[in-house]
Amino acid sequence: MFTAIANWWGSLPAELTWSLATIGQIMAFVVPLLLSLAFLLLMDRKVWAAVQMRKGPNTVGAFGLLQSFADFIKFVVKEIVVPAGADRPLFLLAPLLTFVFAFITWAVVPVAPGWVISDINVGILYIFAISSLGVYGIIIGGWASNSKYPFLGSLRSAAQMVSYEVSIGFILVTVLLMAGTMNLSALVEAQGGGFWNWHVLSLDMLPWPTFLITIPMFVIFFISALAETNRPPFDLPEAESELVAGYQVEYSSTPYLLFMIGEYLNIVLMCALMTVLFFGGWHAPFDFAPFTWVPPVFWFAIKVVFFFFMFAMVKALVPRYRYDQLMRLGWKIFLPTSLAAVFVMGAIVVYTRNAALGG
Amino acid sequence: MNRIAQTLRGAALLDFWGAFGLGMRYFFRKKPTINYPFEKGRLSPRFRGQHALRRYPNGEERCIACKLCEAVCPAQAITIEAEPREDGSRRTTRYDIDMVKCIYCGFCAEACPVDAIVEGPNFEFATETREELYYDKAKLLDNGDRWEREIARNLELDARYR
Repeated sequence: MFTAIANWWGSLPAELTWSLATIGQIMAFVVPLLLSLAFLLLMDRKVWAAVQMRKGPNTVGAFGLLQSFADFIKFVVKEIVVPAGADRPLFLLAPLLTFVFAFITWAVVPVAPGWVISDINVGILYIFAISSLGVYGIIIGGWASNSKYPFLGSLRSAAQMVSYEVSIGFILVTVLLMAGTMNLSALVEAQGGGFWNWHVLSLDMLPWPTFLITIPMFVIFFISALAETNRPPFDLPEAESELVAGYQVEYSSTPYLLFMIGEYLNIVLMCALMTVLFFGGWHAPFDFAPFTWVPPVFWFAIKVVFFFFMFAMVKALVPRYRYDQLMRLGWKIFLPTSLAAVFVMGAIVVYTRNAALGG
Repeated sequence: MNRIAQTLRGAALLDFWGAFGLGMRYFFRKKPTINYPFEKGRLSPRFRGQHALRRYPNGEERCIACKLCEAVCPAQAITIEAEPREDGSRRTTRYDIDMVKCIYCGFCAEACPVDAIVEGPNFEFATETREELYYDKAKLLDNGDRWEREIARNLELDARYR
């Protein structure tokens, strides 16, 4: 039976089997991702509610577990309203762009050894490229709505994302200098052996105290990730008290749903990046018995969920920044700090390499 | 010096960690949420909800058509027409309350000399059309029959303070 299927599979043309296998891989990655996103969305609301001493959604399914699916159905069956003055093709293209860009970045994120759709050697550059494109969805959406609040919201978001993109870039450079690779799988591989080898502590670099650089870099990365994904306290593009809902004002139904899924996928992606870059990806905190029994993908998931919890707590706790404070933080504090970190880390790496080579 | 301290506090995220600790303390507190359609909050005996016209225990309606409620109603939501009945007693032939106009001030219940018109404890009488909220005498008497037990108890509890 099995060999018959294998023979039939082998008799198909190579292009077809490759395409089918790739599509299968993508589905095997995307479907669990979307399902877990549904529950992460619920977790976001539950955490937020708990801090405010509410119960949060608790009626749909046990403990409200099916709330996200009910919301999904609600969004899909509603009417798609396109404003009369809107640029119709662009208006509908914008949420699709956000959605697609949020998804394709995941192609290079390794969730377990070998569990990655595309194990390319320039993974970090790829993430750079795609996350810079992400702002287009918001700008196009705000512009195509042909309305004042979305326009203001999208302009704010463009400036904000460009500013924080820069410091995120420098932090990524710091990390890739330490690992000496741009391949995300190799980057995680380099952090194995125990939590002291994770980049955020990087005690394997001793006697160089590189954790003095990487811990602040991690904090800056976390805050920049909040700004990059338009989360509170940096949710100025959709500040409801000033701009109603920013670039999402004119959106309803499925386009809005696509925007929201894209936004949350970006948040989870940022959590995954923090895990991969700083917290040892799929590696267990200790490299011995009870910890190694847990499959790597669970360690990855636990770390991602922890960072998502932190994102949710920040949303619940921190008041929104003023726009000039946001710009000051990005350009006057994060940028010089991360630039200095790149310089120092580069110097340490060059010095230790040369020392190791006997030069 | 102050600025340096402020900068260091900001860099160490002290404010954030303080807020985080506070948030986590509240995270595990008991939630005051009431699951509304399944659980309901306590209502005061003085709660002013849906109106009702009461009857005496022998089934005779209390209202004597004195029209004090109509006169006192600040929203002019009450319309009364009265005529003597065959037995010679004054009774209303029409007693309408426009629940859309009503502001639930409770003046009608206060003005009533015979405790006929009262505001009961029911607050779940939302309807899909406006017309259903134009209550007539039959509807109000029906409310009175349905809620008499709760209304009588609330009046008794509040009697000391009247």
